[in-house]
Amino acid sequence: MIAISDIFVAAFALIGTFFSLVTALGLIRLPDLYTRAHAASKSATLGVMSILISVIIYFVAEDGFFSSRVLLGIFFVLITAPIGGHLIARAAYYSDVPLWKGSVQDDLAKNPEHVNPKKRSTRK
Amino acid sequence: MSFQLLLNILLAFLWMFLANSFSTSSFIIGYLLGLLAMFAMRRGFSNRFYLGPFIALIRLFFRFLYELVVANLEVLSIILKPKLDIKPGIFAYETALEHNWQVTLLSMLITLTPGTLVVDISDDNKTLYIHALHMPEADEAVSSIRNSFEKAILEVSR
Repeated sequence: MIAISDIFVAAFALIGTFFSLVTALGLIRLPDLYTRAHAASKSATLGVMSILISVIIYFVAEDGFFSSRVLLGIFFVLITAPIGGHLIARAAYYSDVPLWKGSVQDDLAKNPEHVNPKKRSTRK
Repeated sequence: MSFQLLLNILLAFLWMFLANSFSTSSFIIGYLLGLLAMFAMRRGFSNRFYLGPFIALIRLFFRFLYELVVANLEVLSIILKPKLDIKPGIFAYETALEHNWQVTLLSMLITLTPGTLVVDISDDNKTLYIHALHMPEADEAVSSIRNSFEKAILEVSR
């Protein structure tokens, strides 16, 4: 006899591992740092979140123990992952990491407040 | 908003002292009665009744979860497609939000929405520089999503 909670636990764990796998594949396949930051900041967040949700459901169903720490873990991952992606992309941009050659448009280079990386490297 | 919340908790404690029963259930009853009284007196407050921003915040949270799932499915389809046909790029986006926390919340939401990542925010907090995974289709859909996000954030802080 399979309980409904077992199905949820298995589904969330499988979805989580699948998204983590897709994140890893994206890190290999995507061409430059910024597109990789897309994969890392989105898929990894959802992957870790659904694995933690499955942990919560498992312990509630099996032991009747509700782990508030795991809930806090989900919350912290949700808050910090996009900030991490943003900071890595920003630091990369100001360290002259080039965009992929297929990139269409670069408005940040036209920003008057910050000097264009290429200009900055010639001026030095 | 926080003043109204504190006032409501104060009213709940007042009810607990009036009823002379100090339990969670009497606190909840007092809280609900205080909510009713405050709703009747809502014109006396300088800003609007605090349930409005609260409900808007909850709706924003669920919208956030929905966008997170949609974003992941989109990244999934891009990564698993055999041929890599993306046109990434950075575009500038003017925002009307003023406070720092609003801009932070908006950039977090944008980072977790489909195909966009905030790379930089200009010094005067007016322009966000957003890296889009696929420029041609992203532009219109994303600007509509962001406009609704901006509206939702303004709704919370109004």
